[in-house]
Amino acid sequence: MDPSLIDWSRAQFALTAIYHWFFVPLTLGLSFIIAFMETMYIRTGDEHWKRITKYWMTLFGINFAIGVATGIILEFEFGTNWSNYSWFVGDIFGAPLAIEGILAFFLESTFIAVMFFGWNKVGKKFHLLSTWLVAAGANLSALWILVANAWMQYPAGMHFNPDTARNEMVNFWEVLFSPVAINKFLHTVQSGYVLASVFVIGISSWYLLKKREEMLAKRSMLVAGVFGLVMSVFIIVTGDHSARLMAKYQPVKFAAMENLYEGQTHAPLVAFGMLKVNESMEEHKKEDFIFKLEIPNFLSYMAFLDANAYVPGIKDLIHGNPERNIMPTTEKIDKGRVAISALKTYKEAKKSGDTAKSDSALTLLNANFNHFGYGFLKDEHEAIPPIKLTFYSFRIMVGLGFLFVLLFIISLWLVLKNKTANKKWFYYSAICMIPLAYLATQMGWMVAEVGRQPWIIQDVMPVSAAVSKLTTGSVQVTFVLFAITFTVLLIADIKILLTQIKKGPKEGGTSHV
Amino acid sequence: MFENLSHLALQQYWWVIVSLLGALLVFLLFVQGGQTLIYRLGKDDLQRTLLVNVLGRKWEFTFTTLVTFGGAFFASFPLFYSTSFGGAYWVWMLILFAFVIQAVSYEFRSKPGNFLGKRTYETFLFINGLVGTVLLGAAVSTFFTGSSFSVNENNFSQWETPFHGLEAALNIQNLSLGLAVFFLSRTLAVLFFIQNVNHPDIMVRARKQLLFDAIPFLVFFLTFLAFLLLKDGFAVHPQTKEVFMEPFKYLHNLLQMPVVAILFLSGVVLVLIGILRTAFCFEKCSDYGIWLSGTGTVLVVFSLFLLAGFNHTAYYPSVFDLQDSLTIENSSSSHYTLTAMSYVSLFVPLVLAYIFFTWRALTRKRIDKSELEQESHIY
Repeated sequence: MDPSLIDWSRAQFALTAIYHWFFVPLTLGLSFIIAFMETMYIRTGDEHWKRITKYWMTLFGINFAIGVATGIILEFEFGTNWSNYSWFVGDIFGAPLAIEGILAFFLESTFIAVMFFGWNKVGKKFHLLSTWLVAAGANLSALWILVANAWMQYPAGMHFNPDTARNEMVNFWEVLFSPVAINKFLHTVQSGYVLASVFVIGISSWYLLKKREEMLAKRSMLVAGVFGLVMSVFIIVTGDHSARLMAKYQPVKFAAMENLYEGQTHAPLVAFGMLKVNESMEEHKKEDFIFKLEIPNFLSYMAFLDANAYVPGIKDLIHGNPERNIMPTTEKIDKGRVAISALKTYKEAKKSGDTAKSDSALTLLNANFNHFGYGFLKDEHEAIPPIKLTFYSFRIMVGLGFLFVLLFIISLWLVLKNKTANKKWFYYSAICMIPLAYLATQMGWMVAEVGRQPWIIQDVMPVSAAVSKLTTGSVQVTFVLFAITFTVLLIADIKILLTQIKKGPKEGGTSHV
Repeated sequence: MFENLSHLALQQYWWVIVSLLGALLVFLLFVQGGQTLIYRLGKDDLQRTLLVNVLGRKWEFTFTTLVTFGGAFFASFPLFYSTSFGGAYWVWMLILFAFVIQAVSYEFRSKPGNFLGKRTYETFLFINGLVGTVLLGAAVSTFFTGSSFSVNENNFSQWETPFHGLEAALNIQNLSLGLAVFFLSRTLAVLFFIQNVNHPDIMVRARKQLLFDAIPFLVFFLTFLAFLLLKDGFAVHPQTKEVFMEPFKYLHNLLQMPVVAILFLSGVVLVLIGILRTAFCFEKCSDYGIWLSGTGTVLVVFSLFLLAGFNHTAYYPSVFDLQDSLTIENSSSSHYTLTAMSYVSLFVPLVLAYIFFTWRALTRKRIDKSELEQESHIY
């Protein structure tokens, strides 16, 4: 397979996913914030709450539309650009996507029409129910796509069928309730809740800075502050848990994230660090840090809840470590190649009716299938993900996450103590936090996706085996078209949002031409 | 319940569901058709805004049905998904682009500071209406005309022309169905506007427009139908599973599946009644044209899908190598996955029920200028 085709296909998928993720987290979180606000309106009958609800609903609508636009591409790109993948795991991966459509998308799209256009057409309680159902639908759709993504990180509930040459689902509940799936769903949607809270606090701060819409700003800040702070606590818990799951199921990603070259007991966590510019996989060592600030034993504890635990490094995982019973990647590659060859023999023997040969080939295939995907790798170095990007992404995400906790605490303190007036330092900081929240969530996906390269399905299929047989030129053209389209639409989205924020809410709750 | 069904029964059940989703999608393409009529029926900004807003409350249903149609195909017939999407790359990419620009256009069109201007978003809506309908129709037609692809022993597929799907546009039958879907979507849109918009000028224009679109629709649809019923079809031998060309295969399918024939003919009659009743009895009976023609559309498209996939027929034929053609048996998911998915499908009536309920709640009254003035969310 042409390496440039693989890289361009990767780039196109990454581009689409990055753009899509600019809009989804705000939808996830803002939908709940709006539902809380409307609930306050229904409970108190205070028309100010209705006005506040309608204002944030307008911003929600602008963001939602472009999220939908970028989302449709992602679903179909599994087929257009990763057609081998679509067959190889379609029996498992397709199901969550279909369920997402049937159970979540329709819920969301049906009730969003009531949410926007039903104020004068349906009863107050039905309208409120619709707003909550939009939030439920948005988060339910996240559940199914994240289950699908988690399955790619930790394939569970399946077996390989040599006759169809694909993986088939044998236990739906193992796919749905795999520990990685549950944690990934919770951690990801929580990141959306935090981002939406930062977004609402940032915009509210702008109004306070301009001394406009103070009631809207303070009430919004209160709702978002509470929501954001509570969710920050949960996100720390799920983030901590995902580190342990990663150490267990994706140890190379974990080692890359920590830039841990040689495994060790009492492994320290690098809280801050800077890596040297040169980065050859073979030479990559601990010494490649220019500087670092370590927390003793913390990595061992984070990975295995035991400060004495041994955390394998990249060297152990790639070259093997007999003492720790870690198989070298070269051996895995050999086993993978045996499995691929056995599948071919099995197919040929089946076709010619040679039962004995097909049975022995099948035995060989089953014995080596755990390493099937490694058979597609050129050499052991291909199994190492980009380290720098993974290392920095993780630290940026975590660092910013703690900064947001501080933001939520201060904003709540200011609102509850009624000290929001003339706090320019806070207003400016809160406004600056909005792009940082987007950066943090993007970095989270960088860790998750860049860190698991070269695998499209962990240990089962590398991206090189999954890609559609297209010309590189075709993918380059669509990449450029997507890049231009999405960028133009993003600019339009930001311009409309900024204009809407500047205009503020009208008496009816929103403003439009 | 479902686990006791044979694999073939589940494959047929899922073909029925995919067919139903496809049929609902074609009906809901009236949104796309309406987008191509904004300037034809709306002569000033208010009129155009009325038309955009009445469509704008339905565009997500079409969009969601398209996504669900794709998801259901992926889950139930993954070999079609991998073969068609990975192979007919350009056709699917053009369709996707057309839908990307649609999704934002409603929301952005009337917003201040929208960067590209109102006219650009209206152009996007037009492009989506034209490209989306013609290409989706042409893509469905390849179920009957075939495509040039191969599938290897590991079921990895490869497109065998460098045009990656664009070659389908050179086939008259494909073009006929593409244009039939385009004019059908406009016809349905006119019927939808007549039912849901309250503006005398738009009504007058819509009434005139109805036959302007209905007649070309009938011409292109009958052309497609003539090709379909008179041509050789892609038959599958029941025992050996060998694919071979059978003269009049789709006509045979229609005659050998009387239920499908009845559905098909009922659908055609309903489409025609919906159009003719509205055209010639406008004052008294124009309100239900969309429902009659819409139901007819669902029945016709549903039966076309059944003709393509049932009665030992290859629904996605390969003209490169007949034996690589896809059938509902050789391209489906496993028994377990289809069983699990079938339980999920039990929610479909619930989904249809709440869509019906909310649809009615929002369209009890025709949309007019006063409603736009009171409304807090405008497209």
